[in-house]
Amino acid sequence: MTTRRAAYEARQRRRATLLAGGSTAVVLVLLIVLVPLAPGWDGVKSSFFNAEIFARTFPDLANAFLINIAIFAWSVPLIAALGLAIALARGARAPVLFPLRIFGAIYVDLFRGIPVVLLVYLVGFGIPGLGLPRPWNSPYIWGTVALVLTYSAYVAEVLRSGIESIHESQRNAAVCLGLSERDTMRYVVLPQAIRRVVPANMNMLVALQKDVALLSFIGPVEILRQAGIFKSLLANFTPYVAAAVIFLCVTVPATRYADYLMNRDRNART
Amino acid sequence: MPEPRLALRGVKKSFGDVEVLHGIDLAVNPGEMVCLIGASGSGKSTLLRCMNGLEPVDDGEVRLDGVDIAEPGFDLAPIRQKIGIVFQSFNLFPHMTAYNNVALAPRRVLAEDARTRIEALFERFGLGAHMSKYPDQLSGGQQQRVAVIRALAMRPQTMLFDEITSALDPELVGEVLDVLRSLRDDGMTMVLATHEMGFARELADRICFMDKGVIAEEGAPDVIFSNPQKERTKQFLASVLR
Repeated sequence: MTTRRAAYEARQRRRATLLAGGSTAVVLVLLIVLVPLAPGWDGVKSSFFNAEIFARTFPDLANAFLINIAIFAWSVPLIAALGLAIALARGARAPVLFPLRIFGAIYVDLFRGIPVVLLVYLVGFGIPGLGLPRPWNSPYIWGTVALVLTYSAYVAEVLRSGIESIHESQRNAAVCLGLSERDTMRYVVLPQAIRRVVPANMNMLVALQKDVALLSFIGPVEILRQAGIFKSLLANFTPYVAAAVIFLCVTVPATRYADYLMNRDRNART
Repeated sequence: MPEPRLALRGVKKSFGDVEVLHGIDLAVNPGEMVCLIGASGSGKSTLLRCMNGLEPVDDGEVRLDGVDIAEPGFDLAPIRQKIGIVFQSFNLFPHMTAYNNVALAPRRVLAEDARTRIEALFERFGLGAHMSKYPDQLSGGQQQRVAVIRALAMRPQTMLFDEITSALDPELVGEVLDVLRSLRDDGMTMVLATHEMGFARELADRICFMDKGVIAEEGAPDVIFSNPQKERTKQFLASVLR
């Protein structure tokens, strides 16, 4: 049986679908018809969307992307550990731990305030410049360090906001049971805080995945640098488009997943 | 005369410039059940929170078994095992099952795996089937009973209850009051802030009527409820017992 309300809403939905479909079709037709009319279209098409070059360079680019994934993969645990340590240092209340607290604050100000690419240059060229023996002069190591420094500062702030969002009554309940400050943090506050900031940290991971490409400036032949090599070799920009496609294959699902987590979290709290 | 379990003398407490407790004197004997009644904002909750050191008092003494726990700088951690508290808003840990909510403190503080004892408590209060559920899978009344079990698992000698039925739907109040009744039968020393006048009258040994940060009148339930002496007590009772 259909209620009046349900019938009305069904009509509204049909109307909305028709309108959305119609406007999308119009935009697509305009794009397909108008863009090729631009005077430089033939040049852009052959230098950015060359199917043959796309097919030829794609496998090597995908292969170079494995380096991005490797750098990403070993950065993440380091960022998580350091970010947590900095967040806890910033929350330390005991007077003896005041230096830790100050250190945490300076750390966050410093590494959140410097553009990632600048830090990659400074750390990636500066520290190997000290004349360290192999393998300690590797740009892989110091580039990764630069990413870890920046992202752990961001993650520390996200975690700290999570810790501060846990209601005082939770701490009170724990303290009244006789739990120590440390146990209260470890068993009561942190598990809730970390869960609460998972969506925000998912967005961090997506950003990190993209920023790994910045290491191309200091040496490692990851996907962006590989695309640059192909560009010089073939005098064609299509490899960059291929690289962008490869990035999207990873970042779009990851972003959608982060959105899903964020929505679920919002719904759970209302 | 036995030594009181809990003895307060001249307890004062301010939040900022507002003094909410103006010098409270109160003694609670072992096995006694004392109910604090009074309007919202009269200081009942604050007084309870001063009794276990959750709120540091500004002046006066709070003696628990003769030891002044209000001494500034006193280490409260060991005291917290002797005196349990249950809050109006349950304050269960939402990321843990009911069982783990209860087992955490015995494991970490008493270094004891109290499984048998904890299971017995769940059974006793009719929650044996709910131990592995999370708080948001339980009704308010069930959550509050878990909160009571959580406090009892530390084997306190004294229990404080801060309006523990005030956040519950009316039909769930009874199951929580039954828990209190059962503890009363055990001879637990209890102090309750409550709006459940019928319950207070039925079970309390003593009623303290609080008004504007002082205990305005105290006495046996029959006296307070049937024959209050102070005008303020009469007014309050007239407004809640309508």
